[in-house]
Amino acid sequence: MAKPKTNTEDYLRMYRQMVRIRTFEDNANQLYLSAKMPGLTHMYSGEEAVAVGICEALTDDDRITSTHRGHGHCVAKGAEFKAMFCELLGKAEGYCRGKGGSMHIADQSHGNLGANAIVGGSMGIATGSALRAKLQGKDDVTVCFFGDGATAQGLWYEVMNMAALWNLPVIYACENNGYSEYTKTEEIAAGSIMARAEAFGIESHQVDGQDVLAVNELTQKLVARARKGEGPFFMELMTYRYHGHHVGDINREYYRSKDEEKDWKENRDPIIRFRAFLVSEGIASEEEIEAMNAEIEKDAAEAVAYAEKAPYPPAEEVDMHVYAD
Amino acid sequence: MREITLSQAVNEALAEEMRRDPTVFILGEDVAEAGTPFKVLSGLVEEFGTTRVIDTPISEPGFVGMAVGAAMTGARPVVDLMFGDFIYLVMDQLCNQAAKQHYMSGGKLTVPMVLRTNLGATRRSAAQHSQSLQALVAHIPGLKVALPSSAYEAKGLMKTAIRDNNPVVIFEDKLMYQDKAPVPEEEYLIPFGVANVKREGRDITLIATSSMVQVAEKAAVILAQEGIEAEVIDPRTIVPLDEKTLLDSVRKTSRAIVIDEGHQSYGVTAEIASRLNEKAFYHLDAPVLRMGAMDVPVPFSPALEDLTVPTPEAVAENARKLCSGELIHAA
Ligand SMILES: Cc1ncc(C[n+]2csc(CCOP(=O)(O)OP(=O)(O)O)c2C)c(N)n1
Ligand SMILES: [Mg+2]
Repeated sequence: MAKPKTNTEDYLRMYRQMVRIRTFEDNANQLYLSAKMPGLTHMYSGEEAVAVGICEALTDDDRITSTHRGHGHCVAKGAEFKAMFCELLGKAEGYCRGKGGSMHIADQSHGNLGANAIVGGSMGIATGSALRAKLQGKDDVTVCFFGDGATAQGLWYEVMNMAALWNLPVIYACENNGYSEYTKTEEIAAGSIMARAEAFGIESHQVDGQDVLAVNELTQKLVARARKGEGPFFMELMTYRYHGHHVGDINREYYRSKDEEKDWKENRDPIIRFRAFLVSEGIASEEEIEAMNAEIEKDAAEAVAYAEKAPYPPAEEVDMHVYAD
Repeated sequence: MREITLSQAVNEALAEEMRRDPTVFILGEDVAEAGTPFKVLSGLVEEFGTTRVIDTPISEPGFVGMAVGAAMTGARPVVDLMFGDFIYLVMDQLCNQAAKQHYMSGGKLTVPMVLRTNLGATRRSAAQHSQSLQALVAHIPGLKVALPSSAYEAKGLMKTAIRDNNPVVIFEDKLMYQDKAPVPEEEYLIPFGVANVKREGRDITLIATSSMVQVAEKAAVILAQEGIEAEVIDPRTIVPLDEKTLLDSVRKTSRAIVIDEGHQSYGVTAEIASRLNEKAFYHLDAPVLRMGAMDVPVPFSPALEDLTVPTPEAVAENARKLCSGELIHAA
């Protein structure tokens, strides 16, 4: 664990947000398994420290772009359970009025420009957001989340070049969870991913993505510098997804061993690790933590129940929002 | 005859052609061990190895461009594009490069490659995984476009595509992968540009592609109960298009509806309808109707998504109106 900070409230909020993500995902998975959720979804479980460590270093004015594995980013950036579950079920009260679903969930009020179902599809958007900040003299920063698999998209190299040429306030955050769908990262990425960003003169860092404090401390520093025009930056966050590529990817031993999954879950879990730290530092007692967990579970259960009962959008909304007024 | 799924039919076509021609190879994301997310290619890597069933990084323009180059220099690549929606990523390689080499070189270069991908909504996959983009590529001279409507077509058209000396884009309906149809054990090919009359009828012609063939057939069953005999035709390839079979039918029935799952505006349905208008105008008793997907990005919510695609009921309703003369002076 990285060095403790003095602000216990920050710590408790980070813990809380990580548990909220895990709880959200457990419920989403349950909705899928009980055939209540339309379509498929990609679970963020296991990667919580990445989204939380980064988003806790941002303000609501700072933007993020998210991915197909986007529930974690959405929660970490401040979204509410109710509107999220409504979106997952295609209900009118969802963040996107049911039009987006899991893969396009977005929450503009907290600066989340949205998940994206095209791998790497948000790299231009994130860099464009940073260009706008610079042109308009704003000091907000944009974080572009993407996976290790997305580093194979040519778009990234085009926008990194421009971001570096123009010192844009963008942070490229590569969530390296070791897999791109059903393929190991080393089979799809030649050389070093960090070195690719460095080739553009972009300062790059690799960080343990299961250590929320390490992620948060690094992000705070980089965000502060990006605000002053010292960007862009690249972060490679070493992490792991607990579930299959999507909720339907159940039999996966042909590409990933159960032992490997067990090792990450038991020995490197970001929530277990941070909880032990909070207790040993006297920041929270076991009872307080259990109470927090229970409260989050109750919140989630209520939000799910609410979303299940919530109405679908009316038919006349189908051709609304194709064009802006 | 034995029945196999559309997925098995595609798999068999590829295996047979790979056995027959050592220059055929497959290139795409998670095609080898995973056999694609839809499991269509399962087992091929076991038979042909990783030098002929090649997993790529998520670099669509890169590997489609490489397929073009391999095709220009003596191979017959079959590129697997996981979702039809990713066609946008590869448009330059497909439309500026693959489609034009033969023409630009005065006939000296050929690009015998296949891009197999899919189409179709109502899988609750939202706006970037549900599109039917066949019109985009059909617009580009130099590309051939096949739209199999069953396992039988999927196999026969795939084999023809692989042997064709032009770039061919094949769109499979991802909701049909598990649908079974009779497929002969013996080898067969389905020539391009030959439509299939699925059902004969005298009152109205329903021209439907891919996923919409089933919709048209169901509409025909509804209509038959009301005494309206619909003829259902599947063009099977939209480039080249078997105009003659379509025109012969329309000259007989005097009415037509064209149904395709792409967006209705500027789409496949518009092209076919206008050819019928141009070439069978004096035989028509009513305007040719287009029925495509609604002109909206595909919404996620089931309550909205189901409204965006043509249904058998909607086709039957339009057919009824055409046959009763209601739409002769349609606004
Ligand atoms: C352009 C594009 N190609 C392929 C896909 C299909 N696909 C969805 S997720 C994925 C793997 C992404 O891997 P990574 O970037 O490492 O993210 P992870 O799923 O591991 O979070 C693929 C190939 C897609 N959605 N978009
Ligand atoms: Mg990954």
